[in-house]
Amino acid sequence: MTTATEPFKAKDYKSTVPPTWCPGCGDYGVLNAVLKAFADMKVNIDETVLVSGIGCSSRFPYFVKTYGMHTAHGRVLPVAAGVKMARPDMRVIAFGGDGDGFSIGGGHVPHVARKNTDITYILMDNSIYGLTKGQVSPTSETGMVTVTTPYGAPDNPVNPLAFCLTYGATYVAQGYSSKSKQVQDLVAGALAHKGFSFVNIISPCPTFNKINTFDSYKDALEDVPEDHDVTDLNAALAIALRSKVGKTPIGLLYKKEQPTLLDRLTDIRKKAKGDDNYDLNKIIDEYRP
Amino acid sequence: MSNKANDLIIRIGGEGGEGIISSGDMIAQAAARSGLEVLTFKTFPAEIRGGYAMYQIRFSHEPILSEGSGFNVLCCFNQEALDVNRHTIQKGNVLIYDFPGGDIAEEQNIDGVICYPVPMSKIAKEELNTYRSKNMVAMGTISELFSIAKESLRELIEEKFGKKGKEVVEVNFKALDAGAKHAREHLKKIDPFKMDPGKPQENVIIISGNEAIGLGAMLAQVRYFSAYPITPATEVAIFLSRMLPKVNGNLVQAEDEIASLANVIGASYGGVKSMTATSGPGLSLMQELIGMASMMEVPVVIADVQRGGPSTGLPTKHEQSDLFLAALGSHGDASKVVISPEGVEDCIYLTVEAFNIAEKYQIPVLVLSDGSLGFRTSSIKKPDPKSVRIVNRQEYKPGTNGDKPFERYELTKNGISPMSKPGQPGGNYISTGLEHAPSSAPRYTPANHTAMLDKRFGKLDDLEDFFPPTEADHQEGATLGVIAWGSTIGTAREAIKLARAEGVKVAGLYPKLVWPLPVKAMEAFGKKYPKILVPEINKQGQFAHIIKMKTDMKPISYNIYGGLPFTPKMILDKIKEIAK
Repeated sequence: MTTATEPFKAKDYKSTVPPTWCPGCGDYGVLNAVLKAFADMKVNIDETVLVSGIGCSSRFPYFVKTYGMHTAHGRVLPVAAGVKMARPDMRVIAFGGDGDGFSIGGGHVPHVARKNTDITYILMDNSIYGLTKGQVSPTSETGMVTVTTPYGAPDNPVNPLAFCLTYGATYVAQGYSSKSKQVQDLVAGALAHKGFSFVNIISPCPTFNKINTFDSYKDALEDVPEDHDVTDLNAALAIALRSKVGKTPIGLLYKKEQPTLLDRLTDIRKKAKGDDNYDLNKIIDEYRP
Repeated sequence: MSNKANDLIIRIGGEGGEGIISSGDMIAQAAARSGLEVLTFKTFPAEIRGGYAMYQIRFSHEPILSEGSGFNVLCCFNQEALDVNRHTIQKGNVLIYDFPGGDIAEEQNIDGVICYPVPMSKIAKEELNTYRSKNMVAMGTISELFSIAKESLRELIEEKFGKKGKEVVEVNFKALDAGAKHAREHLKKIDPFKMDPGKPQENVIIISGNEAIGLGAMLAQVRYFSAYPITPATEVAIFLSRMLPKVNGNLVQAEDEIASLANVIGASYGGVKSMTATSGPGLSLMQELIGMASMMEVPVVIADVQRGGPSTGLPTKHEQSDLFLAALGSHGDASKVVISPEGVEDCIYLTVEAFNIAEKYQIPVLVLSDGSLGFRTSSIKKPDPKSVRIVNRQEYKPGTNGDKPFERYELTKNGISPMSKPGQPGGNYISTGLEHAPSSAPRYTPANHTAMLDKRFGKLDDLEDFFPPTEADHQEGATLGVIAWGSTIGTAREAIKLARAEGVKVAGLYPKLVWPLPVKAMEAFGKKYPKILVPEINKQGQFAHIIKMKTDMKPISYNIYGGLPFTPKMILDKIKEIAK
């Protein structure tokens, strides 16, 4: 649905609130690319809800003119799912960082994925907790020295792409914040996708992460092979697991059409012969002795 | 204690899984159909099979206020049921027990107790060739002995089992007849208990407390519900999972209670009336998001069917111990409202009021029920969907703010700001858990935080007047007043009735709004009666503490915390002790 006043240029989506990110933060690139994708997809500001959790990247909704929610740490996905279920007519996009999505909120990801919840999830992955000034994150490399891991991180990192692929996300992609055009296209593709779409965007933190820097990614980035079949889950998983050999795949890994949560809720209402004017006396009469 | 004629309490005990609950439900429904008032009380083991299960039914010709004190008739399916209840058997009671040929090895002879041995297991196994019909044999005996709903019971069996085929109906009929025949031919009725038939009523339903919460939500026009299964609240979700899609609403089972409240907050932000239901452990998990809903000023309704705690505690037992958590929980100064129903009918109408409050004040509202109320079935007056008060949120109307941008958290006189919903042009804002300016942009200045906290608490200033008034049952010349909350209210009402019948002067106050405390009603009552008794089922005297916190009253706490509700007799004895 479009209206006469609908903006189609990236800058028209910007709110009057200036971003709070540090100079050089990868999230600026993500913001610009996402707003360009909004323009590409003719996103309607009145009919779009951006939902975020807590963290540097979760400030995202303030910088955009749409409707939005800035929720609690880790709860972006179930809140976004609630908005979408109540308002299927709205476009709902979730934003957050690696700590929000895969540590405190990690328990929600499998469920929005397996339900194929009709939302897009854009995750800005900097492998560090920035807002709290530099603690180890669920995507930090093993051995990484941070303020809470002075002897090196003892844990293995989460693989966000493999995680989402395994639990049934139907659109999985990875971008890099400096490759703006690719991020724009991946996000536009996610917005066009029906079902749960996940775009992990590597977004370096120049302030607190001295390991995963813009420099460090120069040789690590690896485009998804051109001949990759995006409907092949095993092939997508194999690409996702390339990070084990120090490679960071970027591009679209997986895309498949499948019934979504909203489709299934619609089926349930049909089975129940859902009727806006249903007479509640019929329910009450079931309880006559 | 003995009950007057036409007020009969039958308790049936046995092993979980023996059909005690299903046959108890059936006889309760049959009695309601035959025109009797009924109120049931059940205790389950926390395990699916095995363990002691109990089903108690109170029958009367008058409205029933509580489970009652003790029972008139005890029916034991096994030795354990006899052992568990032996110390509560009173002179004048009837004991029906499975003998001979069942789990109970010895013939019973209890001084002053009328004992009727009924070989229910033996009849089921040997005459009917199916042990599973034992419960129906017992129902047959009970129905025959006390003239309870004989016709309706047969009708119900036909209705319930008809779908499963004629044979199933026949087996149940046979069992019922065999139990009745045994009573006629082998038992000499020497007890006085008998229920005169009632007058079948057209406008009566029989429903459980948990289903009633679901029904209340339907009447309030809920359209979204998300919950995680938890005893003893699950039946709310079970009811709504069947009913909500009929009105084009959605119900989902979330991955945990945090997600369920998150879903509900998102849905309500979207403009849809939304609810969740849980018990103590789930309510603990929801605390952070209750504060968020309070901060965001999003209307949400949370039913908490309390159970014994802390921790996993006593999942199937009775307690009123979540009041502190409900009223005082969540970090920071989080404004919210807690209401508590006294009975099944209240579960319907207070759930409607919970939505009304949530919508009017844009706030989280908790409905504190409890396990015995959740499982209790009562015959109640049939609700009329048309006569229910429905209050909706104050909605933003696009175009009404002229050139000025819409301010979601505008500081208004009464603290309530119009709420836009996605899709409305010009209504865009960021609903946020951060402290925010009227525009919804983050703002941490001292003046702003102070103003916003004053707004979020101040908007409740007229709540006591908006909510149905707190009922006071005054008595001239009384020096003692009883203040009860939740399902203890019914028990207190009955105790007060009994006390007055004995000439003891005592008044009662029955607040349904428990947080913020209806201080005006409380203090008016406290001024009249110098002694205040607060019976409640928790260790700390939680409501008494809240009364002390918010008023000058000095209530006397009467606390029990064994996993069971008060009996009217317990409160009556306490009243007599204090009123002296």
